[in-house]
Amino acid sequence: MTESEIYAALTEVFQEVFDDDDIVLHPETKADDIPGWDSQAHVNLVVAAEMRFGIRFRTAELESLHDVGDFVKLIDSKLEAVGNG
Amino acid sequence: MDQLAWLPSHPDLGAAIGAARRLPDAAERLSAAIRLAGFRRDFTATGRIDRLAAEGLAGTGSATGGRPGGLTPLRLAILASHTVDHLVPAIRVSGLDRRVALSVHVAPYGMYRQALLGEDPALASFDPQLILLALDARDAPIDLPLDSTEEAVAAAVATRVEELRGLWRRAKARYGAQVVQQTLVPADPPVFGSFEGLVPAAPTAVIERLNTALRAAARQEGVLLLDLAWQAAHFGGAGALADPVRWHQAKQLVSPVAAPLYGDLVARIAAAVAGQSRKCLVLDLDNTLWGGVIGDDGLDGIKLGQGNATGEAFLAFQRYAAALGRRGIILAVCSKNNPEVAEEAFAKHPEMALRRGDIACFVANWNDKAGNLRHIAKTLNIGLDSLVFVDDNPAEREIVRRELPEVAVPEVPEDVAFYPEIVAAAGYFETVSFTADDVARGRSYALNAERAAALEQATDLQGYLRSLAMTMTAKPVGPAELPRVTQLINKTNQFNLTTRRYTEADTERFSKDPGTVMLSFRLRDRFGDNGLISVVIARPDAALAPNELLIDTWLMSCRVLGRQVEEATLGVVAGHAARKGAAALVGEYRPTAKNGMVAEHYAKLGFTPMPAPEGAEPGATFWRYELSAVQAPEHFIEVEAA
Repeated sequence: MTESEIYAALTEVFQEVFDDDDIVLHPETKADDIPGWDSQAHVNLVVAAEMRFGIRFRTAELESLHDVGDFVKLIDSKLEAVGNG
Repeated sequence: MDQLAWLPSHPDLGAAIGAARRLPDAAERLSAAIRLAGFRRDFTATGRIDRLAAEGLAGTGSATGGRPGGLTPLRLAILASHTVDHLVPAIRVSGLDRRVALSVHVAPYGMYRQALLGEDPALASFDPQLILLALDARDAPIDLPLDSTEEAVAAAVATRVEELRGLWRRAKARYGAQVVQQTLVPADPPVFGSFEGLVPAAPTAVIERLNTALRAAARQEGVLLLDLAWQAAHFGGAGALADPVRWHQAKQLVSPVAAPLYGDLVARIAAAVAGQSRKCLVLDLDNTLWGGVIGDDGLDGIKLGQGNATGEAFLAFQRYAAALGRRGIILAVCSKNNPEVAEEAFAKHPEMALRRGDIACFVANWNDKAGNLRHIAKTLNIGLDSLVFVDDNPAEREIVRRELPEVAVPEVPEDVAFYPEIVAAAGYFETVSFTADDVARGRSYALNAERAAALEQATDLQGYLRSLAMTMTAKPVGPAELPRVTQLINKTNQFNLTTRRYTEADTERFSKDPGTVMLSFRLRDRFGDNGLISVVIARPDAALAPNELLIDTWLMSCRVLGRQVEEATLGVVAGHAARKGAAALVGEYRPTAKNGMVAEHYAKLGFTPMPAPEGAEPGATFWRYELSAVQAPEHFIEVEAA
């Protein structure tokens, strides 16, 4: 998957989790930028992304997810590792 | 097995949810949500369906909220020792699929003791009808040295169970709510492996002992179980339900991935409490109860029974269906077949586990199955929404789902070996009680076919009724009858004058109130015992005169329609009311979508119409019966008081 494909797929994940088709993701998009992105929604996002990309985040990695850019980088590295890159 | 594997897959659920979101009207969006809740869905889609329904369900929790989307409203409070907020949408959405509109209140995390023992104004104003105590093994752990004696472990378990018993009693006394206790899923892996069970104080052994003690205490206290421990064992072990990462991240015992399953487990209990569980299993024959087509392959050609793997798999499904019949689920057959050929298998095939007498309604013909299912519901006097239809043919399943959305049609895999577990996993027949009457029920329905035959032979109705030699037993409701009486109150929809639903805590209160007449009725006849068939509650009411009793509840099983049970019942109720010093009975009829058959019940019994008292529900009609002046109605039932 290219980075832009990951952005596109992750955008769909966000749109479904927040039920908002207007969400557009940028690398610097943070929780404060999206209404409803609280700690519970954050877990939902993590789980939805894991299911969408067929990956698992490690407990320690979850603590390093601060913005969408972090998300994409982490997903990219996981997909590389399983040979889907 | 997939989560919700019994639900059909939608070709594009995401797009369907998106389209439904654009519907202009909240009620239309709710209807769409109810429909979409019936498809297999992951937790994200489930969350979206929940939001789709939200506006249409708003206000459901209040007393005046009505029945949005035709669903039965129910207020559920969850008192948990772990995070449950992420599970609430899945509970509500499975509620939609199981015809209950659930309002859910979640008490602050970990505060279940405070909520019950102290003051919790939010919980009090929510006024829960159901309280789920969702506890986990890490909460208040029994942490004994590994070399503790069995006696020490037993004492610690007893102490913990007594604490919970106190909380249950408090919940019941304070909120009049039905309590549901979640059993404990082992949180941590065993430390000994298979030897674990031989060490009384080993963690998994302690939890197993605790769960066993909890179940016994729950039975004594009238508390229901959400048996998550057993469910976890069936659903791929605790690992599939729980996820250690989610526990460390958010104190979630149940992973969001498993939320649809957990939500369904909770919702089906709520549905059972609300009387919305299914009652009847309707079975196809060819390639469902046996392998092959009996019309083509003949009695000797079908695959059934010991000797080959296929035949054993079909036999196992028959045995499961027969076991459901023995617990009180009505069994019926709906098959495209020549009726004589179909009956022959039941009469002559030596390997059949199901007998013809197990089948309350047997329909084999060449008509369409939707029409036949309507006929079965009508014959058995139950609603289409009480039916579960199992058919190996995907086309037939699809047609029935389209024609009769009320009927539950599980998606079954091609291999019949999985039929028992898929029917079990679907949780259609969740119950809140099990009594001797349940055991007798299947037989009773089958006997009704014989009664119908007797009626056809009788030359006149009176002669027929006399020939039945009916005896009715009337009994004030005591502790022994409370479970079955409560069950009947919550599941009777058609012959039910007011459709008031009560928890066992409510019925217990009525049974202890000296001013209230609460009677249960049983009926026997020459064909057998019909079991408990009617309940009446007559109580004083602030809106009536002190010497009048309001018939708060009058309901009857449709199995005994047309037998003059109503007339005999009135005679008994009138006698009890007079002994309490009452001068008149006041009957109330509250119309619902299902109880049209009793609109004229009181008129037929000689009650006279009267104006509705203050505070009555709009649309309800009221009827008066003077205890002194009126001649008791005649009937052919011998009445004995127990």
